[in-house]
Amino acid sequence: MNPALLLARVLRDPATIAGLAAAEWNALWAVARAEQLAGTLAHRIAGLPMPEAAARLVADAIASAEQGRTAALWEAEMARRALADLDVPVVLLKGTAFAAAGLSPSVGRTIGDLDILVPRDAMGAVEAALLAAGWEWVKPDPYDDAYYRRWMHELPPLIHRDRDKMIDVHHTILPLTARIRPDAAVLLAESVALENGLRIPKPQDMLCHAAAHLFADGDLAGGMRNLWDIHCLLGEFGFNGLAERAAHHGLGAAMARAVRQSVRLYGTEAPAAWQGWDALDPLFLRRLTARDHWGRSTRKAVQLGFYVRSHLLRMPPAMLARHLWTKWRKGYRPA
Amino acid sequence: MRHLKLLRIGPIGFRVGSHWRGPVAALDDLYCDYPEPQDGIADFNVHLFAARPWRRVLRPAVHIAGDFVIPDAAPLPLAQGLLAAEMGMNLQMALGLRRYLLLHASMVERDGRAVLMTGISGAGKSTLAALLMARGWRLMGDEFALIDCATGLAHAFPRLVSLKNEAIDVVAKALPGARFGPLLEGTPKGAIRHVVPDARAIAAMDQPAEPSLILFPRFGFDAAERPVLPSEAFVRLTQSSTNYVNLAERGFEALARLVQKVPSRAIDYPDAETAIAMVEALA
Repeated sequence: MNPALLLARVLRDPATIAGLAAAEWNALWAVARAEQLAGTLAHRIAGLPMPEAAARLVADAIASAEQGRTAALWEAEMARRALADLDVPVVLLKGTAFAAAGLSPSVGRTIGDLDILVPRDAMGAVEAALLAAGWEWVKPDPYDDAYYRRWMHELPPLIHRDRDKMIDVHHTILPLTARIRPDAAVLLAESVALENGLRIPKPQDMLCHAAAHLFADGDLAGGMRNLWDIHCLLGEFGFNGLAERAAHHGLGAAMARAVRQSVRLYGTEAPAAWQGWDALDPLFLRRLTARDHWGRSTRKAVQLGFYVRSHLLRMPPAMLARHLWTKWRKGYRPA
Repeated sequence: MRHLKLLRIGPIGFRVGSHWRGPVAALDDLYCDYPEPQDGIADFNVHLFAARPWRRVLRPAVHIAGDFVIPDAAPLPLAQGLLAAEMGMNLQMALGLRRYLLLHASMVERDGRAVLMTGISGAGKSTLAALLMARGWRLMGDEFALIDCATGLAHAFPRLVSLKNEAIDVVAKALPGARFGPLLEGTPKGAIRHVVPDARAIAAMDQPAEPSLILFPRFGFDAAERPVLPSEAFVRLTQSSTNYVNLAERGFEALARLVQKVPSRAIDYPDAETAIAMVEALA
């Protein structure tokens, strides 16, 4: 069995770990780690009968994810303090938002960078406040820096000099060069305040962002984790108002694809209108599950195709050609 | 990954996969007395691979990766495949271990009491551990000491002892009957040769020991010795731990308890003989 499909099967039905052979356990953990799903897997199967060595890995992964959660929430608090005097709304995105609100995708979830959304006209002030509070630039290249500032949906990434944690400051959720232009103003305006004054997007916007991130941007690397977020959020919030909201952001197709893949891979319960399977869906599934028994990515041709797709989605062809040419001259090669 | 080696060192199970037979054959040979991981399930995976298919045969270069990755780790020539495997296992431990507080230290045991020796590269950790093994101490490890956060006990990690440069001949003389790996010349750290821990070290690798002494040895100075305050030992050990920060409160408590309970000494030594005498007098 494809080890990524094995992981998906165990996530949707933890009881299927009964009778796994040692080699399958090894593949399961290798893929779970590669897909940043080890903590999630651990929480799903904790307490079930399993070999002692597997139970130890479960305990380790749970402890590790718990520590990651604490660190991520602390990082959000640090950002809150740095930006408190600015009087701008600060909306947490992705993993940190799930953790701060105690939402189901956050159980065991690895949280990488801190992602926040602020109004575009506050970007300068936010950047200055973060620099004053100890964050520093990580992109020394002037071309990259200028590119981010002109065309991206976020500042070039900043990293904190003491804590070594990265922050991504977004003003919208897709690059400005992309054809789809989500409504960042409404995302901010309808965000929900947490007790500490930080905010999170409203449920449908969280789902739209997750779908945008997965299917309207990027090359689907690490997509199983992002799709698991979508599966959990759908289970938590349901489908009410989702189609309308996604359409408003221009993300109707991405959202529909996200639901179809989630249904297929994780068995999400969805109304009939959301079910189905289009001609390209099998290709997306092949990309999502491109892992070998060592957790290494496979299906290089499919990957390359999605890499090219991600760039075509991000920018018009002439601009893309210019961009790739510039990057190539600077020595950058796709992985 | 065409070639596969499963092995357990102390409490940690590894699954090493390689594009080439060489590194796995070397592991098969030198680790032949080690068991498989418990239940056949590894804690960490190590991949030894060629970055491009033709580099498997044409000027083969062994890239090292695994579950936890440092980008841009430089590849090694195939002749140093054993070293690549060892580095890969060490790297996985350093980056991924959360079950124990990991200290970069060598460790020997006598009468249930463990002596930890830690210091910068070149301080002589591996050499001292091997020489003490030659004198009847149980080798618990030459690279990592694993401290159980709950019990404070030290767990053994007796992988191959990695000897460098002049230490190779010194230890070969002290351990004439030991099994040695191939001499690896021109590695990033000069000449390296591995020695297999003795049968006793392997047989007892599941037995933890109570830490009884922490040593900070320094090679190349006149013999000298001074006590190290717990506060200084604490700071120095945070620097020799790769997972102290990630363990957070658990790590802090384990380390604080260790340095409060166990005396620490700094020793300077001009040659191995002096060092051995100093360690045996202190322990």
